[in-house]
Amino acid sequence: MFPMIRRIVRFYAEGFRSMTVGRTLWAIILVKLFVLFAVLRLFFFPDLLAGKSDGERAACVLEELTK
Amino acid sequence: MISDYLQTVDWSRAQFALTAIYHWLFVPLTLGLSVLVAIMETRYYRTGDPFWRRTTRFWMRLFGINFAIGVATGIILEFEFGTNWSNYSHFVGDIFGAPLAVEGIMAFFMESTFIAVMFFGWDKVSRGFHLASTWLTAVGANLSALWILVANAWMQHPVGCTFNLQTVRNEMTSFGDVVLSPVAVNKFFHTVTSSFTLAALFVVGVSAWYLLRRREEKMARRSIAIASAFGFVFALITAATGDRSGAVVARVQPMKLAAMEGLYEGGQGAPLTVIGLVQPGGRAVNGELVRYKVDIPKMLSLMSFRDPDAYVPGIRDLLAGNPEQGIMPAAEKMERGRVAVGELARYRAARDEGDLAAQAEIERKFDPATPEGEEFLREYFAYFGYGYLDRPEQLVPDVPLLFYSFRVMVGAGTFFILLLAAVWWLNRRDRLAGKRWLLWLCVWMIPAAYLASQAGWVLAEVGRQPWAIQDMMPVGVAASKIPSGSVSVTFFLFLVLFTALFAAEISILLRQIKLGPEGDEQSGPEKL
Repeated sequence: MFPMIRRIVRFYAEGFRSMTVGRTLWAIILVKLFVLFAVLRLFFFPDLLAGKSDGERAACVLEELTK
Repeated sequence: MISDYLQTVDWSRAQFALTAIYHWLFVPLTLGLSVLVAIMETRYYRTGDPFWRRTTRFWMRLFGINFAIGVATGIILEFEFGTNWSNYSHFVGDIFGAPLAVEGIMAFFMESTFIAVMFFGWDKVSRGFHLASTWLTAVGANLSALWILVANAWMQHPVGCTFNLQTVRNEMTSFGDVVLSPVAVNKFFHTVTSSFTLAALFVVGVSAWYLLRRREEKMARRSIAIASAFGFVFALITAATGDRSGAVVARVQPMKLAAMEGLYEGGQGAPLTVIGLVQPGGRAVNGELVRYKVDIPKMLSLMSFRDPDAYVPGIRDLLAGNPEQGIMPAAEKMERGRVAVGELARYRAARDEGDLAAQAEIERKFDPATPEGEEFLREYFAYFGYGYLDRPEQLVPDVPLLFYSFRVMVGAGTFFILLLAAVWWLNRRDRLAGKRWLLWLCVWMIPAAYLASQAGWVLAEVGRQPWAIQDMMPVGVAASKIPSGSVSVTFFLFLVLFTALFAAEISILLRQIKLGPEGDEQSGPEKL
């Protein structure tokens, strides 16, 4: 079991180490995910229905649909 | 307050459109290039020729760049559903969420697992296992598309569901009906085959550039041979599935068909307009929406209903109604929709007041198992979304945008079939490299393919307006009541971010294309 996991970890580690263009791509991916999820999601997109029970969500949407 | 909400709806629509357009810049190439790379690697597996290994690895590198830059752009759309479209998400989340969840669990993980073997596994796993991983990456990517397209198809044609009054949610009653609806099946095949065509044009275009530069000529010719044949076959299938999609739209979204054809007055033996100019403002003049048009007689009836004399309803029929053709006036649908919305409001009041008798009475109306419920759902709730409209004219989508998008898509698609056939033939005869004008045309067909692909989505999504879910929920009701300022600010932030990322992709792709495949045909593994 463990040798297999070690082989998989080594497979990925060597793969990442030997990347050339891939390093730039990973940097782009990480910056993109940070901007999207840490900046935009936290500061600009409050989830209106988050933290509500199913009943409260239903009541909230029912109110919106019947205004 | 109302004005701020209207602005929120418009900004939310603009933001979703921007995100979707950006996302779709990456997806079609991923879908098609993954298959082309797998075909090339199969050649390597069968022949053992290092040339095919080098060629496969070059196109795989371009695939990897496109995949990496595009990764997670679809997730933005999914969180916009929760933030900008929370009413929509609650109202239909049980149905819409199911295919997205299947996509996340099955296809995305499958794609992600095997893509690592595909890039890191050269010389570390057997050739057979590597080839299997490349094919499974392609299958995973296309399966991802299947579930997303099933979800989108459900918005165009909601089936296999029932409304639960207590939870104010639509619930799935038949997964099979949702997945196998004619809209879903056609949408999947049309979208995937058109993406294969786009990827083929990308490979042909890049290879043409090498021929123009007199570099990597063997790789360019062999790549063109595969991609042009592949693209030609799938462009033909795209045309066939597009024809089938048109026939389905005629039945389930007749207003979309009338708008994209600029058909104001319906009629029997309706002609198909090949080209024309939409009247200024998209308004009919003397019953005509399109002037200077070139028509093919009876073709629209034939393509829509497989009958050259069939009646195709125009915009006026769908707004004013046509009793002879069994078309209900929009005003009548709006009246029935208001009855359904009114019952929902009564239910809310009864719940607030704790009036159990009134609640039970209304619940019976929404229960499909009772005769009363069956009738109410069929006669009134089927038009629920119409209850939110103020005027019948709101049912008409943007006619000029649809009319021209359709013609860009079909015109480009037809041209691609001819181009790919000509390129395949000339390449086979070894006469392609001498036709520099044709090689330049192939290079310029790369952006043209993206334009055609985006035009197809404009047609599908703008054509559904004013609905978020056809006949069930207009976009104005689906949107969250969040400050318009938040949405507008993030629209511009997305615009800047997306533009920067797109510029980064183009720049990295161009640099890699200029570099070409690493080493010569006998050299070691190429790195991503």
